[in-house]
Amino acid sequence: MNDMANKWIGARTIRPDGADKVTGRAQYSADTTMPGMIWGKVLRSPHAHARIRGIDTSRAEALPGVKAVVTHKDIVEFPLDKSVMLGIQDMRWMCRNVMAREKALFHGHPIAAVAAISEEVAAAACALIEVDYEVLPHVIEIEDAIRPDAPILHEWNRFEGKPSNIAGTMVLKAGDIEKGFAEADIVVERSFTTRPVHQGHIEPQSCTVSYAADGRVTIWSSSQGQFMVRAMTSLLTGIPQSDIRAIPAEIGGGFGAKTIIYLEPVAVMLSRKSGRPVKMVMTREEVQRATGPAPGSLMTVKMGAKKDGTLVAAQGTFYLQAGALPGSPLRGPVGCSFAAYAIPNVLSVGYDVVSNRSKVAAYRAPGAPHGAFAAETVLDEIAEALGIDPLDLRLRNSAKAGDKAIYGPNFGAVTFKETVEAIKHHPHYTAPLDKNPRPGFKRGRGVASGFWYNAGGESSVQVNITEDGNVLVTTGHPDVGGSRASIANVVAELLGVDHARVNVMIGDTQTIGFSNLTGGSRVTFASAMVATASTEKVIGQLKERAARIWKIEADAVKWEDGMALPAGDNAGKFPPLSLKDLAAKANEMGGPIGTQVQLNTTGADPGFATHCVDVEVDVELGIVRVLRYTAAQDVGRALHPGYVEGQIQGGVVQGIGWALSEEYLYDAKGRVDNAGFLDYRMPVCSDVPMIDPIMIEIPNPKHPQGVRGVGEAPIVPPLAAIANAVYDALGRRFYALPMSPPRVTERLAEG
Amino acid sequence: MSKLHVSTSINGEPVEFLCTAAESMLDVLRGPLGLTGTKEGCGTGDCGACSITVDGRLVCACLMLAVEAEGHEIGTIEGMAQGDRLHPLQQKFLEMAALQCGICTPGVLMASRALLEKNPDPTEEEVRFGLAGNLCRCTGYDKIVRAVLETAAEMRSAA
Repeated sequence: MNDMANKWIGARTIRPDGADKVTGRAQYSADTTMPGMIWGKVLRSPHAHARIRGIDTSRAEALPGVKAVVTHKDIVEFPLDKSVMLGIQDMRWMCRNVMAREKALFHGHPIAAVAAISEEVAAAACALIEVDYEVLPHVIEIEDAIRPDAPILHEWNRFEGKPSNIAGTMVLKAGDIEKGFAEADIVVERSFTTRPVHQGHIEPQSCTVSYAADGRVTIWSSSQGQFMVRAMTSLLTGIPQSDIRAIPAEIGGGFGAKTIIYLEPVAVMLSRKSGRPVKMVMTREEVQRATGPAPGSLMTVKMGAKKDGTLVAAQGTFYLQAGALPGSPLRGPVGCSFAAYAIPNVLSVGYDVVSNRSKVAAYRAPGAPHGAFAAETVLDEIAEALGIDPLDLRLRNSAKAGDKAIYGPNFGAVTFKETVEAIKHHPHYTAPLDKNPRPGFKRGRGVASGFWYNAGGESSVQVNITEDGNVLVTTGHPDVGGSRASIANVVAELLGVDHARVNVMIGDTQTIGFSNLTGGSRVTFASAMVATASTEKVIGQLKERAARIWKIEADAVKWEDGMALPAGDNAGKFPPLSLKDLAAKANEMGGPIGTQVQLNTTGADPGFATHCVDVEVDVELGIVRVLRYTAAQDVGRALHPGYVEGQIQGGVVQGIGWALSEEYLYDAKGRVDNAGFLDYRMPVCSDVPMIDPIMIEIPNPKHPQGVRGVGEAPIVPPLAAIANAVYDALGRRFYALPMSPPRVTERLAEG
Repeated sequence: MSKLHVSTSINGEPVEFLCTAAESMLDVLRGPLGLTGTKEGCGTGDCGACSITVDGRLVCACLMLAVEAEGHEIGTIEGMAQGDRLHPLQQKFLEMAALQCGICTPGVLMASRALLEKNPDPTEEEVRFGLAGNLCRCTGYDKIVRAVLETAAEMRSAA
């Protein structure tokens, strides 16, 4: 929307943190050093599954240069029989993920950690730790983990009364599923698999921690939430939150992976024991082996429709990998797969399956891309069987305002149709496609849609007017992709001052009020809402100061273009007072100008996206290339269009990697076989085309600027859109990801 | 292990440092020299976050031994701007939102500059292959490629 009334909202301004990031000055987590600092290293399990009978650290401790050694004994234990939740994380599992207790549960599971005068000495000391392992049979894949004779990871876990690797379930229902299928003219049922994929943030997890003699702790680390770092570290070390200052470094990518911690509590205990600041930096191999990823999945989706395309029933069964400890994102596939559609009869069931892999972590719209791959492929088949355009099938069945969503609430605005219409009328969708461009190559076009909940939650924003009349805004959210730029635009707009006069900073845990994670597509929604409330309060203060100076009522003052003006009967009676004028008089007229607002925000309506993709398949080599990609999404209001487009483009390319090349490979002993960027193949620049984002701006009525979350939805449709395009090219459906060259050639060889 | 003495030039200034035979150029830049603008993403030459130039040639600092700097001219991201005047690529990246988290940005900028020095008028495909050694997980590369193409056009018309 090109709203002429706005000068800064919707403008492509230079981000406040920009110059630091293009000159190398920005301080990321691993860029911090401290006087007297020593280095921590983690000893990791070489086995996929082993009982730990004993750990002897004496030889490591005796090595010259070693300052401290910690094991699970130094981390607070949360007993298995009582759940302690921090957000969606259960501390019973977090304490065992950070440091193995009874058993090593995956290749790379931390067993102990050492702090020493150098990384080399720390690594040498790790090699001297003697661990008495009883190696146990392991299980990696879902289909093996749910067999009755599977090795059991957690003997205490019961499913249907028996020890099991199924650690949890989620069920959503509407209507009568049997009746629904009985009414259908066509029913399509398919089974799907997807492989785990890593978030692939380029900055490895790291931290620098100082435990001072007074028991106060300072943590420099990059995360998607400094308050999460403080709370989890507090729970896992027993140190009160008031004594832990978590300073958010610039974050070099997270995508969900940095919504939990791995190193911080270990580094705190190493620092406490050694009396020295401790720095720990994961290698890429450690990142790939022991952090993230997103789960792999095993899914069956069955959908029924009338001849005219009306969907009457949908059933989904979604098994997701949890990794070694419970907690896969079941609400992703279970809640999102059918959410965009008005389907009267739905049964959606998820199973949380543990196996000897690293514990999964959130990854952009957690779980939703999996379910969309299955459901949107089945929809494509139904459309084809009924002879209906796949976009028309979606338009016919779109949910509408007031409908009860499968996951509970009644929908407010539903802007799904607008995304479908945007693709349907886009020159990409209407352009002719030469399906046989040259011998040995086939082309195809596919579409798919996606849904994500979006989120609100807690945010704090402080707005201060500096003594010289400029503006400093402090938020509590790490900025993963331009949120400071968006907030600067909002505050500059409301105050009527030049964008360059507004600086936006990210506070640490002890300097700004509680602010929840940067994740779930919530930060721009929530922090713009709170920044608005905060700025409006400041404008109230400014008007009050002007009123005092003019000796008139505060409500007889208006704020316009960065100045207080006398209004109503007093209009024109006094010369305007600028922000600088009022700042200069602040102290004589009541003191400093500024305020902090802390809110638990609500009103984040869901996000919808529809994508269209053209692919070309090299039939001999099995290589699928994306030729053209168009992604339509309702973004509510783009506060900074450059970074909104960037979210869409980045999410799409992550989806392309998921669909075509990314997967974890394990050897027969359950060890990760491709723990590096060479063999874990993320898209590089030459793999992808330009990604054309269509930002539909239908303002969210529940937000002061109309913002809707943006970041998650773009990764939901690509898996199915690309699979549907490959089908269009080859006439063969792919029900398993990735559609990598070996898989494609194998499938083509099946004849 | 005793240390070796190395004399080199970094961003046009003479620099001396001590290092072990095993230390990489990246270790020395980020450690004793305090030049943390060069980032470590993988340590195996796969991500390009540590891209520097050695006598004008693009190199992954993690794959170069520090002792190999002896007698050569090293360029890092810290030397890209002239004082407070940003290089046209840096300025264009800011204007076009060609960065999100920014961790890959120093390496991408170094690779882009090296590309444009060799080829001032690249096609989109040449930019994409020129930057294929630099992983970016945030942007999907679209705005990066556009920023490099646009900078190239502006630099050509200014030349």
